[in-house]
Amino acid sequence: MLSKKRKAYITAMKTAMYISVGLTAALVIFLVLFVFFKGIPHISRELLFTKPSYTSGRIGILPDVLNTLYIVLATLILVIPLGVGAAIYLTEYAQNKKIVGMIEYAAETLSGIPSIIYGLVGMLFFCQFLGFKTSLLAGSMTLVIMNLPTIMRTTQESLKTVPQSYRDGAFGLGAGKWRVIRTVVLPGCVDGVITGCILSVGRILGESAALLFTAGFAHALNGIVEGLASPGATLTVALYVYAKEQGEFGVAFAIAAILMILTLLINLSAVLVSKHFAKKRKL
Amino acid sequence: MSDIMTAKDLNLWYDKTHALKNVNITIPEKSITAFIGPSGCGKSTFLKTLNRMNDLIPIVKITGEVCYNGQNIYDSSVDVNELRREIGMVFQKPNPFPMSIYDNIAYGPRTHGIKSKVKLDEIVEQSLRDAAIWDEVKDRLKKNALGMSGGQQQRLCIARALAVKPKILLMDEPTSALDPISTSRIEELAIELKKSYTIVIVTHNMQQAVRISDNTAFFLLGELIEYGETEKLFSQPTDKRTEDYITGRFG
Repeated sequence: MLSKKRKAYITAMKTAMYISVGLTAALVIFLVLFVFFKGIPHISRELLFTKPSYTSGRIGILPDVLNTLYIVLATLILVIPLGVGAAIYLTEYAQNKKIVGMIEYAAETLSGIPSIIYGLVGMLFFCQFLGFKTSLLAGSMTLVIMNLPTIMRTTQESLKTVPQSYRDGAFGLGAGKWRVIRTVVLPGCVDGVITGCILSVGRILGESAALLFTAGFAHALNGIVEGLASPGATLTVALYVYAKEQGEFGVAFAIAAILMILTLLINLSAVLVSKHFAKKRKL
Repeated sequence: MSDIMTAKDLNLWYDKTHALKNVNITIPEKSITAFIGPSGCGKSTFLKTLNRMNDLIPIVKITGEVCYNGQNIYDSSVDVNELRREIGMVFQKPNPFPMSIYDNIAYGPRTHGIKSKVKLDEIVEQSLRDAAIWDEVKDRLKKNALGMSGGQQQRLCIARALAVKPKILLMDEPTSALDPISTSRIEELAIELKKSYTIVIVTHNMQQAVRISDNTAFFLLGELIEYGETEKLFSQPTDKRTEDYITGRFG
């Protein structure tokens, strides 16, 4: 039999647990509902598909949507080869365990640095020293540095899950090192690369501090080449600008709702991708 | 029968551990040579020196010579990839690649530059026939190889090794992960294959050595203790330690 004291203790602990679970869930639900409630009424065809005009006072976020798209594309194109290449080198080629450890440690530290510091360094290095001025390109370069550790680490982790026996089998048939990596090791770690990309896209969507310094605030409608060369606000930056500098809270909440939906979709696709590959592995 | 491989004063260290001590051996062509001995005696390690699979482990240091057709394979002028094409390997655990049966077999030929679909089809069929598995898989060549049973996977790995037309096949305890029926299939296959290939097999199972091999080498603590015709080694061993091992006194 449990003593009375013990029973009371268990009940108290259980109650505390239910309260914390309830609070966490309630907070998330409240946040999402609040943003949707405030934002969705302001989402209109005009908002989504036009550019802002100062003469008519119209507000449109099409340029910001495009800028976000450009910056995501440019960043991924630059960061994937760099990150995957570094991961391959570190796991497959590097012999010196100490240096590998140091690089991994550096990468981990890099991902913990506040993003505003990246913005500051990016502004000084890319915008001024390399002469890119304030532009989406300078912004995506900064994001490349920020996301490099993510891509590198997820790729590395999945490279390590490719069984050594596959490599042995391929070497035993007379395949050279690069062929073994290209045909046997890399296909086995596609899921890691994709997961890294999805995480990075999420991070890019949510990034504002690093971009305030490097990519600017403009809302001009540009093609991708012109767009990358000129300043422009991404959705997150636009949210900041509309809320803080123009007092357009409706628009800000509309953007917030859009970002929230995008984040949801990205997380969902990450889950689907990992499920898909887990199934393939089991076979 | 002429000799195809010779090891002269071969020594191997894993870092500071002396794993092979002055091994001298000659392996005759088109025969089955078995390496036996207790766990950790160096028989698998020695097998891997024969096609330089030990190169993949950075801490390994080797002295002495291994000659294949009169050429020292540890000479700096030797193309390791070409060497491993001529001296193929089958591993302890079946290790098909996670691709289709067809692509598994075609992996080797493709590695060595064969692109023609007709030629690849021909090699795939011939290799699978030689490994006595063609009839079981001919209707599902495009299916993933990981869906096969363990015994089938191992015969697939043998077929994969045969597809690059090697001269020697090194087998590292190829049946230790398999059931008795699959084991006897692989043994029959080995006997069939020695008509055209030289086979070197590491085995834990002394009956297996007796059943299939022409010559047997007994290793103990990194040394080659005794080497000779299988029948003779098992009926009249010259070394006391060999006798103790084959009569089951240790190991």
